[in-house]
Amino acid sequence: MEEGRVRPGPVYLTVLVIATCGLVYELVAGTLASYLLGDSVTQFSLVIGLYLTAMGLGSWLSKFLERGLARRFVDVEIAVALVGGFSAPLLFLAFDSPRWFQPVFFSVVVAIGALVGLEIPLMLRLLKRSVVFKDLVAQVLTFDYLGALAASVLFPLLFVPRLGLVRTSLVFGLLNAAVAFATIRLFRREIGPPGGLLARAAVVTLLLLFGVASADRLTDLAEEGQYADEVLLARSSPYQRIVVTKNRAGFQLFLNGHLQFSSVDEYRYHEALVHPAFGVVPGARRVAVLGGGDGLAVREILKHPGVESITLVDLDPAVTRLAREHPLFVALNRGSLLSPKVKVVNVDAMKWLEEGTDRFDLFFVDFPDPSNFAVGKLYTSRFYALLGRRLAPDGAFAVQSTSPLFARRSFWIIERTIRAAGFATRAYHATVPSFGEWGFVLAAAHPFGVPEALPPGLRYLSTETLASLFAFGPDMQRTDQPVNRLDNQVLVRTYEDEFRRFEP
Amino acid sequence: MNPSRRDAIAALVGWPALASLLSCRRGPERPRYGGEIVGGDLLRGHKLRTGELLARPPVRRERVGTAILGAGISGLSAAWTLARAGDTDFRLYELEDVPGGNARSGRNAVSRYPWGAHYVPVPVDRNPALEALLEEAGAVESRTPDGRPVWAEQVLCADPEERLFFRGLWWEGLYPRAGASGRDLAELARLEREMHRFASLRDARGRRAFAIPRRLSSDDAEWTALDRISMREWLSRNGFTGSRLVWFVEYGCRDDFGSSLDDTSAWAGIHYFASRLPGHATADEPFEEPAPFLTWPEGNGHLVDVLLRSARERIVTGTVVFDVVPRADSVEVRYLDAPRDEVVSVEARHAVVALPHFVAARVLAPWRKEPPPFVAEFQYAPWLVANLTLADRPRERGFPMAWDNVLYDSRGLGYVVATHQSGPSRGPTVLTYYLVFAGEEPRKAREKLLSATWDELSGAAIADLSRAHPDLPGLVTRADVYLWGHAMARPHPGFVWSPGRAAAQQPLGRVRFAHADASAFPLFEEAQDAGVRAAESILKENGTPFLALVALGSGL
Repeated sequence: MEEGRVRPGPVYLTVLVIATCGLVYELVAGTLASYLLGDSVTQFSLVIGLYLTAMGLGSWLSKFLERGLARRFVDVEIAVALVGGFSAPLLFLAFDSPRWFQPVFFSVVVAIGALVGLEIPLMLRLLKRSVVFKDLVAQVLTFDYLGALAASVLFPLLFVPRLGLVRTSLVFGLLNAAVAFATIRLFRREIGPPGGLLARAAVVTLLLLFGVASADRLTDLAEEGQYADEVLLARSSPYQRIVVTKNRAGFQLFLNGHLQFSSVDEYRYHEALVHPAFGVVPGARRVAVLGGGDGLAVREILKHPGVESITLVDLDPAVTRLAREHPLFVALNRGSLLSPKVKVVNVDAMKWLEEGTDRFDLFFVDFPDPSNFAVGKLYTSRFYALLGRRLAPDGAFAVQSTSPLFARRSFWIIERTIRAAGFATRAYHATVPSFGEWGFVLAAAHPFGVPEALPPGLRYLSTETLASLFAFGPDMQRTDQPVNRLDNQVLVRTYEDEFRRFEP
Repeated sequence: MNPSRRDAIAALVGWPALASLLSCRRGPERPRYGGEIVGGDLLRGHKLRTGELLARPPVRRERVGTAILGAGISGLSAAWTLARAGDTDFRLYELEDVPGGNARSGRNAVSRYPWGAHYVPVPVDRNPALEALLEEAGAVESRTPDGRPVWAEQVLCADPEERLFFRGLWWEGLYPRAGASGRDLAELARLEREMHRFASLRDARGRRAFAIPRRLSSDDAEWTALDRISMREWLSRNGFTGSRLVWFVEYGCRDDFGSSLDDTSAWAGIHYFASRLPGHATADEPFEEPAPFLTWPEGNGHLVDVLLRSARERIVTGTVVFDVVPRADSVEVRYLDAPRDEVVSVEARHAVVALPHFVAARVLAPWRKEPPPFVAEFQYAPWLVANLTLADRPRERGFPMAWDNVLYDSRGLGYVVATHQSGPSRGPTVLTYYLVFAGEEPRKAREKLLSATWDELSGAAIADLSRAHPDLPGLVTRADVYLWGHAMARPHPGFVWSPGRAAAQQPLGRVRFAHADASAFPLFEEAQDAGVRAAESILKENGTPFLALVALGSGL
């Protein structure tokens, strides 16, 4: 081995690594942008364009670096390790403030692109004394493209499913830091005493390791495993665990692990919950929604121009805030909770019913399924009796009543309980692919016919098919059931029993 | 935790110091919560012991139609009955600053909570007095066509009602079912069948063998003979020997009477189960649901408030009644007005002594002179009640929090949750913890209780519950403690059908006795029944027209 030369083999390996890292950061950014902002074609296209431009900027800037190229290269690696490695955690945090997400997002993409753009020109210049130029260009670019191949294959198949986005970006940050250490060793003659460089690389490595260790706080690996799709947002309110996941088709809201809606087919659920009741009380002006903090039922209610006010009573301010502020939610509920007609109250619905006196023409009762005693209370005869005191004399209400197919007894317990509280009822059902066959109970103080009228512009309900929702096939027919009361909570016990059959 | 505190706590909850040390090790050195020993001015009551008051001349004289001594449930029920009949010429004299007796309650920013009795079972037979009161309390939603009450859903104990901490987990119900063998369960079923049989027994006059109030029970010797043996004896004679079953039955005795199986009359132990079953079981339908409970966040304090509507302005609190002299057509009552330190003499046409008999024995002039033999038959169990205010629900494993939460390996009776009926299912709450000293000599237990500091008493309650809720010590924001030196009379073997106990209820001239202890059962229904009966017999004697709620003269 000649004096003043470096062995190019190990250096090509570092090229492979930095190329993989560079593309992974680009993929992380593109994926996150499409999760949050939707429309993945546009987002990916934008990210790639911006990233490549920033790389060009980095390449152009490389000419201003004259001396101590090896040291500069190590500095660039440390910077990529830091910015690239923390890009996903940073962008996840920025989700919480939609106003800041875009500026943060574009800054991160440009910074990583520019730094990555510096890497190859500097590497070529570092090696030009050791390798014949034509071989050098051929080799470096070969490894660069191989790295890109590795990244594009491993990212969707291995890293995202196994590690999740946050850990993926942190792990690749660590790889960049490893390249920094390797470079210090490979170019030790050019670099000289590496004190400051080593210290910086060590600090960034430690930061990244700390990031990996605390990634559980941001997104829980065990929790992510429960969900089929990427966890976009996970937080705990005093009342529940709120998780939003995202896949190619759309996004989903889970509360305590139970699916609340999928953006793909929620319109079927919410059209079915809301519009039939308006057929019973066509002139409804004052409407209340109990539960349903996602604002999707309110979106449907707002399609009835006669409605003057909507009171949304949902226990958890974290959910209603999400519905008001998060771009994905606002896009889906069309900003329904921002309407001047809507008033949001974050209290326990039973308490709210008990303590208030004003009356409403329509109620929509949209609670989670009765899977525990706390929620079970909201399906008791006492609850419907309290609701009756707040219902206008010719008012009506619709209740989400779990699946008449999977939880047939539970469904008919709810219907029986509403009748026991003194209401006339009509049960109906809808097909919501994410949930399966889903059921509702429509109730009013006086007997009423099957509703016929619907507002225009619906995607699922039509006047031709509406009546068919009120017919039940043999496997969902009414069965004789007891009344769910505070002192027997028979619904929670039955529901648990019925859903246990579907557990693995 | 310093060693003396640890030992005191261990002595109270009855397990070795090491256990308490382990469960408290994560707790702070000194409690971070506030609190105090509430109620029960012992010095005031103990003034009776010396007889010094008897020598003091009265500074003023009062006249009243009926003097009711004691404003617990029986005294308040007497007042309620008089007021219902339009007779407001009565006054209630109460030792404590607050009326209510064992049914007292408290409140703070989180919830109302009981200081003692906290439920009433739905009467399985018609009980007009109880039904009328519960109707006033808003517990009757409507009536069936034949006049039976339909109980308001929100007043019936909400599901889940009971759970048991057993082998490190919470389980639904009070019987320790986890890991129970087929034999254990068969034994439980046999006990249930036996209790259903007892519930369905009627004598020749159609009386239940085991009724509430007790005086409506049959006095046939065939069944009252059960009073002569202990509940432990009855269990073993009938082959009930499984440790789970024995624990389950003893828990019932501790919970209702504060007594162990040995200290409980078999008649009383059976009454606990059989009196709450409708008693219509047949061969085809051998099992019936026991009577559900009516309960409120503040326990029976809710009923105290209803009773107070008719009595509030006529209650004189802070009074030490020390002398009751029955005369030919009046009663002289002397009491100390404790806040003013003045002795007052009352001339009443009638007196209702709604005081426990251990107090009545020191107050009634003829009994002071010649103590009646029955006084020694009354044994009183001491209780500790702690109200723990929590910043949040404690961590736990197993079945979710119920109304009544019992620990298997504990001398305590567990806790009830004040927010169970109507409050939220999360966040701050108040737990009411009960500790009895079953199996201990009452006097010794009383001394142990009264010599402990607030720090030790509250520490004992928290240490006991920490075994089921390890993070409890850090959640307690306030721990108030109530000491009941003589909480309730124990239905020990021979007491329930003792001639002496019956004699203790016999009026002395115009002095009538209304405390529940003379019924042998420390139950709300007994106290109410005794108070209503005393008042109705006064109304009758005075010729005041009234709608009778109880049948007079049937049984003692």
